[in-house]
Amino acid sequence: MSSDAAVGGARRLDILWALVPLVLLAGLLSLFLATDPLAPLGVSAPPVERLTVERTRLDDSGITLWVRADGSEPLSIAQVQVDGAFWQFSQDPPGRLGRLATAALHIPYPWVQDEAHFITVLSSTGATFEHEIEVATATPQPTFARVLAYALLGIYVGVVPVALGLLFYPWLRTAGRRGVHFLLALTIGLLAFLLVDTLEEGLELAAGAAGAFQASATVWLAAALSFLILVAVGRRHGAAPAGLALAWFLALGIGLHNLGEGLAIGAAFAIGQAALGSFLVIGFTLHNLTEGIGIAATLTRQRAPLLAFVGLAALAGLPAVAGTWIGAFAFAPHWAALFLGIGAGAILQVMVELGAYLARKFVPNDSRGFSAATLGGFASGLAIMYVTGLLLPV
Amino acid sequence: MKPINPLRRALLRNGLLGGAGLLLSQIARPFVAGQAETPAAGGNTHGTDAHGMDAHGAMTTVGEVDHERNGFDPHTLLTDWDTGRISILENGQTLREFQLTAIDKEIEIAPGLFFPAWTYNGRVPGPTLRVTEGDRVRVTFVNGGSHPHTIHFHGIHSARMDGVPGVGAGMIAPGQSTVYEFDAFPFGTHLYHCHAIPLKRHIHKGLYGSFIIDPDPAKHPEAADVAESRLLGSAANRRWQEMVMVMNGFDTNFDEENEVYAVNTVAHAYSHKPIPVARDRPVRVYLSNLTEFDPVNSFHLHGNFFDYYDHGTTLQPTSTTVDTIMQCQAQRGILEISFAGFEPGSYMFHAHQSEFPELGWMSFFEVME
Repeated sequence: MSSDAAVGGARRLDILWALVPLVLLAGLLSLFLATDPLAPLGVSAPPVERLTVERTRLDDSGITLWVRADGSEPLSIAQVQVDGAFWQFSQDPPGRLGRLATAALHIPYPWVQDEAHFITVLSSTGATFEHEIEVATATPQPTFARVLAYALLGIYVGVVPVALGLLFYPWLRTAGRRGVHFLLALTIGLLAFLLVDTLEEGLELAAGAAGAFQASATVWLAAALSFLILVAVGRRHGAAPAGLALAWFLALGIGLHNLGEGLAIGAAFAIGQAALGSFLVIGFTLHNLTEGIGIAATLTRQRAPLLAFVGLAALAGLPAVAGTWIGAFAFAPHWAALFLGIGAGAILQVMVELGAYLARKFVPNDSRGFSAATLGGFASGLAIMYVTGLLLPV
Repeated sequence: MKPINPLRRALLRNGLLGGAGLLLSQIARPFVAGQAETPAAGGNTHGTDAHGMDAHGAMTTVGEVDHERNGFDPHTLLTDWDTGRISILENGQTLREFQLTAIDKEIEIAPGLFFPAWTYNGRVPGPTLRVTEGDRVRVTFVNGGSHPHTIHFHGIHSARMDGVPGVGAGMIAPGQSTVYEFDAFPFGTHLYHCHAIPLKRHIHKGLYGSFIIDPDPAKHPEAADVAESRLLGSAANRRWQEMVMVMNGFDTNFDEENEVYAVNTVAHAYSHKPIPVARDRPVRVYLSNLTEFDPVNSFHLHGNFFDYYDHGTTLQPTSTTVDTIMQCQAQRGILEISFAGFEPGSYMFHAHQSEFPELGWMSFFEVME
């Protein structure tokens, strides 16, 4: 008892050691702020002003921009120009915008259907921040009918193609061993394409987010973290996931990717880029068909209940619905970038596990099969995604 | 006429995928119909509904400029003649002495929009110097700014007094001063500006002003009455409503394109608050162009025509009955406008490069009985 108490007392004292560096840190920071030791460096640069337009809405009352200040000092919006003309506007809430603060700018501008508009926001210092509306069209408002229509859109590009791909299952089961090698490698190939695509999409969105959010770093870190977490979850019982478990992980990864695709489609429709609407849908349908085939390919060596297939199609496809909603009605580039980072990690996890599965189950007995069937499969996967990707206008 | 389905339009335009595309387009229809409530033709009606006010009411800067903080008001600046300290030299010539000081100053060029200007005497444009033909002009220049500056007068003078780098006093360093001295010739509406290098930056930062030499009626017996009417303070001159206007622009983000255009610096100053004009007294505008980056600027009057004296160096108009004139940089002239017998109201005037009025060079005369 007494020795336990002594140890406890020593622990309490040990905690003090953790406080020492913290106290020193606080002291040094106050000293730094109080004495300005960097003055000899001549750091008297003017404040850096930055402004990011996060969302745009066009409706009968004109144009509304949601902006976020992102510089080193608070920023005052002085004037707004639309297409090279000063234009009346109101700011809500009014006043200076502190770091990362947001405001809505309402501009009663008679925008022209299907034409481009350029908006310049001027700060009090005369710095200009430009925003382009590439194709002006009324921004969809979340009415019941429209929410439903977007859901349908998500189902068409997400659930339907994945489900159609899964319907290849009975035929895939007739494949021989090499055929299965080929199919699994093909799945890895198409996932490799999706991984690059998802990362690219995420980084592109990150570029449009306020700099302070460090959105590009977020994409990479979210990818790494989600990859590690999913690997840990998948192998929590020791062995790497195989069969139906692997199929579920595959569906999750593809689902997160489709969330990103949904975002892109919803946002594109919302800002009028989807004048090629039908091609978008056709392209994604063909593109995503292969995702269903990939999921089915992992199940060729075991029987799975019908309900599992329904669940797999839903997990892989339904996130596209959520994506279109978010993209159309509540788009924020930093959140979208985060989601896509998570999706990239999930896809990478499935690639690694599929590769491990392939190596374990098939390769040791047939090294020639590895080079011919699997390499061919991998290349075909990439090729299929590339060719169907040609159909996508966004 | 039923507007063409945008989805079909897209298909026709692209023509790819043929029948399969058409088939799938039918599947895709619900979302396209859902988002495109206003097909192509709908855009036009939208334009007029966009706001309850007329278009010009909305195309404007928002808010008020604090003229008191600026230290100059575009309305008082119109008629703020600086005639100098007057004395008579031994030879009987009138001496007019001026002092111009270069000062770095932040000025509000549109509501809430500040520009780090270089100024003469704290204002942009600088003081309107007004003298009579043949006067001796002595300008003491003090550089209170942070860069070397000069004053270069447009007029007839010796090379030594030209205010350019490397000639005479050359560039005047911060804290230094010099004196520019010359006889006022020829009569007309002229200008002065800093000629330090880099020239473009020194001009667009605000170092310029008008320099008006009134004709001496005694020297122009052939048109003495015209000369008399231009001589500040004469009985004939008092009938006229004279004003000075300097067309200028400001590049607030230093990308060599102007964000703001104006007459006398403040965007929309004379459209938010028109210039009052008595209908039956003639109007004379001393107009000059100090706009940087754009090759020309212009002046267009609505509902009326005017006579124009290019450079103001003649007593006969160089153009009669025109409603638009253009000036390259440093060009200037006199506009004589009559609203006699006109219906009272707001008569618009602006540059007729549409870009400029939309960015601030938009004004009104409020013609009153």
